[in-house]
Amino acid sequence: MTETKTSENRPSETRNGIIGRPIDRIDGPLKVTGGATYAYENALEGTAFGYILGAAVAKGRIAEIDTAEAERAPAVLLVMTHRNAPAQPDFGPAVTPTVPEVFTRARPALNSERVRYYDEPVALVVAETFEAARAAAGLIRVRYDEEPGVYDLSGHMADAYAPKRTNAGFETDSVIGDFESAFAAAPVKIDATYRTPFEHHNPMEPHATLAAWSGNELTIHTSAQTLANFRAGVASTLRIPPERVRIVSPFIGGGFGSKLIAHADTILAALAAQVLQRPVKIALTRQQMFANAGHRAEMIQQVRLGAATDGRLTGIAHDVWAATSSFEEYCEQTAVFARSLYAAPNHATRHRLVPLDINRGEWMRSPGEAPGMLAFECAMDELAERLGLDPIELRIRNEPAQDPERGVPFSTRNLVTCMEEGARRFGWQRRNPTPGSTREGRKLIGYGMAAAIRPNYIGAATARVAIDRDGRVTARLDMTDIGTGSYTILTQIAAESLGLPISSVKVELGDSRFPRTAGSGGSWGAASAGSALHNACNALKERILEAAQSSEASPLRGANATEASFADSEVRIGQRSASLADLIRRIAPDGFEAEGSVAAGAVTQSYKAYSQHSYGAHFAEIAVDCDTGEIRMRRMLAVMGAGRILNAKTARSQIIGGMTWGIGAALMEQTVLDPRYGHFVNHDLAEYHVPINGDVPEMEVVFLEEHDDKANPLGAKGLGELGVCGAGAAVANAIYNATGVRVREFPITLDKVLPALPVIAI
Amino acid sequence: MAKTDRRSGPTRRTVLEGGVATGVLLATGIPVGAKPADSVTAAALPTPVPTMPMSLRINARDFAVELDPRTTLLDALRNHLGLTGSKKGCDHGQCGACTVLVGGRRINSCLTLAAMHEGDEITTIEGLAEGDRLHPVQAAFVARDGFQCGYCTPGQICSAVGMLGEARAGWPSHASADVAAASVALTDAEIRERMSGNICRCAAYPNIVAAIRDAAEEA
Repeated sequence: MTETKTSENRPSETRNGIIGRPIDRIDGPLKVTGGATYAYENALEGTAFGYILGAAVAKGRIAEIDTAEAERAPAVLLVMTHRNAPAQPDFGPAVTPTVPEVFTRARPALNSERVRYYDEPVALVVAETFEAARAAAGLIRVRYDEEPGVYDLSGHMADAYAPKRTNAGFETDSVIGDFESAFAAAPVKIDATYRTPFEHHNPMEPHATLAAWSGNELTIHTSAQTLANFRAGVASTLRIPPERVRIVSPFIGGGFGSKLIAHADTILAALAAQVLQRPVKIALTRQQMFANAGHRAEMIQQVRLGAATDGRLTGIAHDVWAATSSFEEYCEQTAVFARSLYAAPNHATRHRLVPLDINRGEWMRSPGEAPGMLAFECAMDELAERLGLDPIELRIRNEPAQDPERGVPFSTRNLVTCMEEGARRFGWQRRNPTPGSTREGRKLIGYGMAAAIRPNYIGAATARVAIDRDGRVTARLDMTDIGTGSYTILTQIAAESLGLPISSVKVELGDSRFPRTAGSGGSWGAASAGSALHNACNALKERILEAAQSSEASPLRGANATEASFADSEVRIGQRSASLADLIRRIAPDGFEAEGSVAAGAVTQSYKAYSQHSYGAHFAEIAVDCDTGEIRMRRMLAVMGAGRILNAKTARSQIIGGMTWGIGAALMEQTVLDPRYGHFVNHDLAEYHVPINGDVPEMEVVFLEEHDDKANPLGAKGLGELGVCGAGAAVANAIYNATGVRVREFPITLDKVLPALPVIAI
Repeated sequence: MAKTDRRSGPTRRTVLEGGVATGVLLATGIPVGAKPADSVTAAALPTPVPTMPMSLRINARDFAVELDPRTTLLDALRNHLGLTGSKKGCDHGQCGACTVLVGGRRINSCLTLAAMHEGDEITTIEGLAEGDRLHPVQAAFVARDGFQCGYCTPGQICSAVGMLGEARAGWPSHASADVAAASVALTDAEIRERMSGNICRCAAYPNIVAAIRDAAEEA
């Protein structure tokens, strides 16, 4: 039914065969018993509970705030507003001078009478109990001088401006050749405009922090994807050296990009704990998360494709207008993938922003590709139909020999294989190219497909690994496991490298006292932290071998190390071998320790010389009720070429999760910004619809056998976001194939499909 | 320019007033909060919260607690009893992360007050395993990778245990072809429908279905 087809991913390519194997999650037993402790669940004696009160207007200033009644309320310890909050730096410019400063800048809370967005914190109540804090927050009276704001993207297109860069530092625009002339001359063209809505990450664990001071040292238990960002952001907001801030985040209840930077829960818990001189914990409510923990911005995307009659693209243009915040710019790199995906002599991509009086957007799973491919891969489907070509054949005819804009070779690119293998497994030949022509009873059946591409990044990372006298290995790094499987794959990497069973390896993550990594974000966690650990293990092995040959107590003393190996819990040098544990006990009763690092990909030669991406192909089958327009998923298949797979089980889970995000984007996810008052109207999980179990069909995931030796020492590439890329477009294209109705305004809800459905007699 | 005077949240202060000053104690006897330090800038010593004694039976263990009557069962578990396995995802009964079993029935513990459950037999995720031996549903979730971040997992598992009981008892669902049938054939469609009150944003749904199918077959 939902079996993974991963036999291609041969574990035998490594001698010990641990990497790649679909072992159960190391942290599984803790998570299924309730034993995994998330941020808010940490208990410190004397902890007080905070509750945030948010602004009831979206733009203006606090004219008056009356906290007297709240202060008198039972068990209340502190009511903090802009009047009495400890001094913090100003927020700073809308655009930071460099990309990294986005993550490290001060993000003050309660430091101004200004209200910049709806539900921005205006007060914090801290009390002995959660109930008392929440009740007292309701007793605060706020009078606002409300100012007119801008809350409507399409109504303010005239305000659009070109940012200096997109997220992750990409160029705002790109131009190859002369698109406009090519498009004008193209015999076949598509000019389609798509709208993609505001979306919210909604990790299951709300953003939460327990902050505690000990002297001038601050410990923050929080839910963070990247500890170094949190540490730097907290330090700059509190104006203390980062060394005095410790971030602890061993378990994270999902992030999806919404936990890359510290939010109000973290800053306010730290401030309140400082004022009260006791630990304070604060969680955002689910409702507060919508305004205070990031979103994906609403966008209008125009895709223009010009083609010769044989299907060869002569021009590709992708223009994006996105909402941004008036006080802090965020430009999702929505059209950037289109620079690398298909061959065409003329390319143009542009990003424009329209400032609104809302909070800043944040990196939501697959920033760029998630909304961008939703539009672009539908446009490719529209072009295929216009040409009378199969959508896969159209893509094959436009397969580039090298990166179309950068002009460098691909490290690996198996997009065509992904599509062909997927077509074979999915039964794509059964697809009827005439839309609205396949029926089962009162259901219209459709097949759709789309390509997937996602850049492969690697971030600077260091890992420390130690082996003790009993041969037990401990690896420490400030990497996080946000559900991706970091604990498990890192355990596999260390066990494999050192020739030990996984039971001999302990991986400790999520503490800023450990060596710094790139954290979890941008699908780079496994490659970055994994490569650092791989290198640390190699360094450790060198130390062990050196001592094994030279130590007087060593049974391998004097052996020639040119043929050395670590396998089956033994060290072998030439013909001689010894138990690793026994060897360590003899030569280093205190054990050994070593560190290993990797440099950021952007500065490496390999990254400059090769275009590095993961690829895939998504297939979807859906059924649309011809009387009600109800859309139901029937099955999905993804074939992925993403380098070496480190754990076939957790890798598959990441992909099916991503595919489900594709279903959400295509069919249901949308946050509605009230154009009058500037608040997200449907700010809870009853009204913001994420896919639930009943929405998700059978899913099959296939990983191609691949090893990208240009990417990193492991040969692995990112997976966390690839599953989203193009998945929604495959669903949308299946709806078109089923019904003949092309909806260009996402999500595709039944009200948009129903009026145009063909009338079918009973 | 509009002048806005808004008051958010609950305002029934009368609920809070006139109670007997009683310290708030953890079941373990550890005070929830020590006296605030002298440097506090807010009001000096606060009025204590009125509390009421409750006795709760959780995972076959009795707890005697003094709690604010407004405390939900979920917050009692998480903030006062050290049972943090039950998760708060929305606090509004919209996500299922807080699902626990009361008398074998699955409920959202965020939507019910602790005070309403005196004398009830409450089972949380911490009460399902027998020592180191995982409950079959727990073991199946590990084997099938029925989770990623793990935050919805305790609720999913408690919900699955409750759901399997409902199916055994012959309760129909929206997915049942014949709602009058005496027994339920637990197809994948039935499992999906019956588990749709538990959101998993990591979207391990196909794996959750497989895990529950395995556990149901084993039982």
